[in-house]
Amino acid sequence: MSGPEAGGPVRGGPGPLRRDDVIHVANLARLTLSDEEVDLFTAQLGTVLDHAADVAALDLSHLAPMAHPLPVENVLRPDEPRPSLDRSEVLAAAPSVEDDRFRVPRIGSESP
Amino acid sequence: MTSARELAAAVRAGERSAREITEEALAAVAARDVEVHAFLTVLGDEALARADAVDAAVAQGRDPGPLAGVPVALKDNLCTRGIPTTCGSKILEGWRPPYDATVVRVLRDAGAIALGKTNMDEFAMGSSTENSAYGPTRNPLGADRVPGGSSGGSAAAVAAGFAPLGLGSDTGGSIRQPAALCGVVGMKPTYGRVSRYGLVAFASSLDQIGPFAADVDDAALLFDVIAGHDPCDTTSLRTASPATFGAPDGGVEGVRVGLCPNLIEGCAPDVVARVYEAAEALAAAGAKVDEVRVPEFGYGLSAYYLIAPAEASSNLARYDGVRYGLRVDADDAAAMNTATRTAGFGAEVKRRIMLGTYALSAGYYDAYYAQAQRVRTMVVQAFERAYTSFDVLLGATAPTTAFKLGDKVDDPMAMYMNDICTIPSNLAGHPALSVPFGTGADGLPVGVQVLAPALAEGLLFEVARAVEAAAPIAGTLS
Repeated sequence: MSGPEAGGPVRGGPGPLRRDDVIHVANLARLTLSDEEVDLFTAQLGTVLDHAADVAALDLSHLAPMAHPLPVENVLRPDEPRPSLDRSEVLAAAPSVEDDRFRVPRIGSESP
Repeated sequence: MTSARELAAAVRAGERSAREITEEALAAVAARDVEVHAFLTVLGDEALARADAVDAAVAQGRDPGPLAGVPVALKDNLCTRGIPTTCGSKILEGWRPPYDATVVRVLRDAGAIALGKTNMDEFAMGSSTENSAYGPTRNPLGADRVPGGSSGGSAAAVAAGFAPLGLGSDTGGSIRQPAALCGVVGMKPTYGRVSRYGLVAFASSLDQIGPFAADVDDAALLFDVIAGHDPCDTTSLRTASPATFGAPDGGVEGVRVGLCPNLIEGCAPDVVARVYEAAEALAAAGAKVDEVRVPEFGYGLSAYYLIAPAEASSNLARYDGVRYGLRVDADDAAAMNTATRTAGFGAEVKRRIMLGTYALSAGYYDAYYAQAQRVRTMVVQAFERAYTSFDVLLGATAPTTAFKLGDKVDDPMAMYMNDICTIPSNLAGHPALSVPFGTGADGLPVGVQVLAPALAEGLLFEVARAVEAAAPIAGTLS
């Protein structure tokens, strides 16, 4: 989901959300929207982002961003073998399986 | 309704059988859940089999545990091995997890009886349980009212008397707000106190599992059982969780209570009145009550609705139609992913995924996501300042009593405003609790919120007990 892959940012900085922004973001998130949904979500997401303008307008350059409420440290456990999930039970939940593997349609655009 | 602690004591003493208690609970669900719709799955045979195992233990002279024979309602985002776990979403319809969440295992080990899986806003995104793909839950105290959300099913199950205890998850208020709207106690523990292993992820830096109960003591009893270190969750705290149930309670004499106008602003007048009455009651009980302004809380809502969707957009990328859940077939894998997600997610989940993707995308990351993370630091520092002069803070849980079904479902921003008083504790990772305190002008329950610093659950429960003891008799609870 990087900018270059998607053709870069749609516009230069926060401002009113446009239909094109919503279509762009839906594509990144692998969602298809109808024209009516694009209109609706443009209005609704625009309202939320307008509300967030109070945050965007603050000068917080003196504060460090906080990603997590706890000091996060690397956690290691003893390297002891233990049972993993039962393979047949896991595969039983998959939509499509072949030879004990998850089966998916072809990947990429090569012709079938 | 008999309390969980009384039920467990009676079962452990051999005075009541777990089977009889479970049968009564199942009968109550059968009689009334058609109307309330608290449950998505009811565990009839499984619950009775567990009850028989508890009774067998008692008969053999073994102690089945502190929750012996107590029915518990589980939010449907807690993984239960072999039992459907939908998260209120079509994309997980029919999925049976291959493992139990740690809290589910711990409850079973404590002798509790899982009664069923409760309805919720899809992937815990919502404040009314109307975003469930399986239809809304109705507030047991008023059929035209929402139970709150996202853990509305668990709150309603306790309020309706189906189960004395319930588990929910709280990312921005999803335990406390429905507790307030249903007239029960709901508590969000310190981040890391309760293992999140097997909780389907929404926003991983905010999510925390916590108890619902009819009163504070039962909530403390359940909290003690689920709190503790779990090697399966890397964010699980290694600090031991001191017992809160049955711990010596010195009352609130001398406890410094900060009544916070910023946690009342914008609330309905009847809600504000109850919060002030609760503060007066605490003062009458010996607490030192004073006002403390924390204007930084006002920025919490905006920050939350950037951070939580950002984390959700990443967490929900796993629903790709490959390993579990729904698949909508298409010619290639990318088209299959898109068709699956488009068909499987509801409108609110799509909104949050898009909002989060937007906040994280090139060009907007610094202005929205990183800025929201700085607000998070600001809120934590504001809490720290408040806690130099106060031991706990007091405010409202939700701006209004239970609103009507359909009132806010088409206006996302109006719905998000429900979380305005609960969000600061999630951003900081602190514990907070909603305790019923009287009713609003409409006769529906009002919840008062008590907030405490990290790890101070014991103090939180003590103050909550004092609020509870002073609460006007509601008289409307079934």
